[in-house]
Amino acid sequence: MDWNTLANALFPQGHDITEHDQFLSGSATVEGQTATVIGTTGHAPIGVEIALAQAKAILATVRSHPGRPIVMLVDTQGQRLRHRDEMLGINSYMAHLGKCVDLARRKGHRVIGLVYDQALSGGFITSGLMADACYALPDATIRVMALAAMARITKVPEETLTELAKSNPVFAPGPENYLRMGGLQAIWQGDMAASLASALADAPRTDQRSALGLARGGRKMAQPVIDAIMSGTHVRAA
Amino acid sequence: MSSYLEANARERLALFDSFEEFVSPAQRVVSPHLAQLNAPVAFDDGVVVGRARLGAATVFAAAQEGGFMGGAVGEVHGAKLVGLLRRAVAERPDAVVLLLETGGVRLHEANAGLIAVSEVMRAVLDARDAGIPVIVLIGGSNGAFGGMGIVARCANTLIISEEGRLAMSGPEVIETANGVEEFDSRDRALVWRTTGGKHRYLMGDVHRIVDDSIPSFRAAAMEAIAAAKQGPVALTLEALEVEQHMLEQRIARFGALPDPLDVWAAMGVAKPSDVPMLDVDAFTAAANPHRQGA
Repeated sequence: MDWNTLANALFPQGHDITEHDQFLSGSATVEGQTATVIGTTGHAPIGVEIALAQAKAILATVRSHPGRPIVMLVDTQGQRLRHRDEMLGINSYMAHLGKCVDLARRKGHRVIGLVYDQALSGGFITSGLMADACYALPDATIRVMALAAMARITKVPEETLTELAKSNPVFAPGPENYLRMGGLQAIWQGDMAASLASALADAPRTDQRSALGLARGGRKMAQPVIDAIMSGTHVRAA
Repeated sequence: MSSYLEANARERLALFDSFEEFVSPAQRVVSPHLAQLNAPVAFDDGVVVGRARLGAATVFAAAQEGGFMGGAVGEVHGAKLVGLLRRAVAERPDAVVLLLETGGVRLHEANAGLIAVSEVMRAVLDARDAGIPVIVLIGGSNGAFGGMGIVARCANTLIISEEGRLAMSGPEVIETANGVEEFDSRDRALVWRTTGGKHRYLMGDVHRIVDDSIPSFRAAAMEAIAAAKQGPVALTLEALEVEQHMLEQRIARFGALPDPLDVWAAMGVAKPSDVPMLDVDAFTAAANPHRQGA
């Protein structure tokens, strides 16, 4: 989805978002209140520069606009796969971005992630998945890697993975699977501006994803294991 | 001889004075996803978590088993780490010590693994926010890669051996995506100087480098716990602004250089080509005047 189309639908009260080298930044008006908007477009590979650009925008918001909500627009093919990025320590850049999002949340900024096109792996884990809550549009793609590549690495035939993906949310790339596993708060249908306004109003303050995964039946073991460790008891299967 | 590299996860627990496991293998809590792929399961899902004594300190600790699916994080494995970190917030040990050896997300449980790693990331930062320092040790043959390479950099202190590796994408993945001329995964020297402990120490991505022995990791972990309590344990805006500046400077100074050898030369290291041959003490002495972020 074109980010301009998205931004106009999300922010009918206005925005000044601009794109520089697949990095989106600016501000927008949500229910009469100013929000910081950052994100990526064009299935951006997340290299050290774009990770740092996002982090900088978040730190500037925390420094200069206490409490201002932050909306992260996600469209990425994952981390950039280059020797240079690894040499420079790309994991440190991505961790830095994740820590900046985390700091913003703790300092009272509501942070909402929206997967409006594609979310993969390392590009997602430090953006949308670090938000208070992450949402997706119905046509979004979310995955760790394509089934063909997964088949090569796991040595499981692609046909087997394709078949399993029909019944098991663990393998399939659609947003409804991430919803069932608790990784997404909801999938937005209809009026996007209204959806964003209620997302900001209802943003959870703690990480509820394992509980959601259990309640929705997509991740049945995570919460019981966490509970067993917390309470020093045996795991009660769901 | 007590090589950390050659020890498995449970043998590495010898660096603690005592260890009490949470959700032991006797409970047989295994991955719910591996059986349908005809893949083997482990009764601990590749990670040991529990409460330990380390000198005078009570710590919560986890050790990932590189011998089981490369230490990769699946639904149960990730939940054990999250449970440990959340219990730490409730019970307030002196620190959490994570013995990481992992390729990151377990592809056999792809989507669940990805969400789990992000839950671990948030749980690490929750522990720090509660004033509990998180110390990461990296010295296993599988290194700390993928999403867990990110988690590692969310800790207060990272301790690595020369043999340890810390990175994001594995060399094979990069070579597959962009060709052997981008990153030759069979060039072991290149792989080591790009991802290995010495490069990470020079770049300022880790705080200590130790020789490959369990007692050395133990001593460094004890010192790190004591030191972490001297400063702010939680994230601060000021610290992240400093980190932002450091990472910007890193791109400005080293971003156009082709090889870690060139980076070390640009830092002012006298004989970069000798660096891989130095033992830890000689290396630390040569590196300390030049390393970044110190």
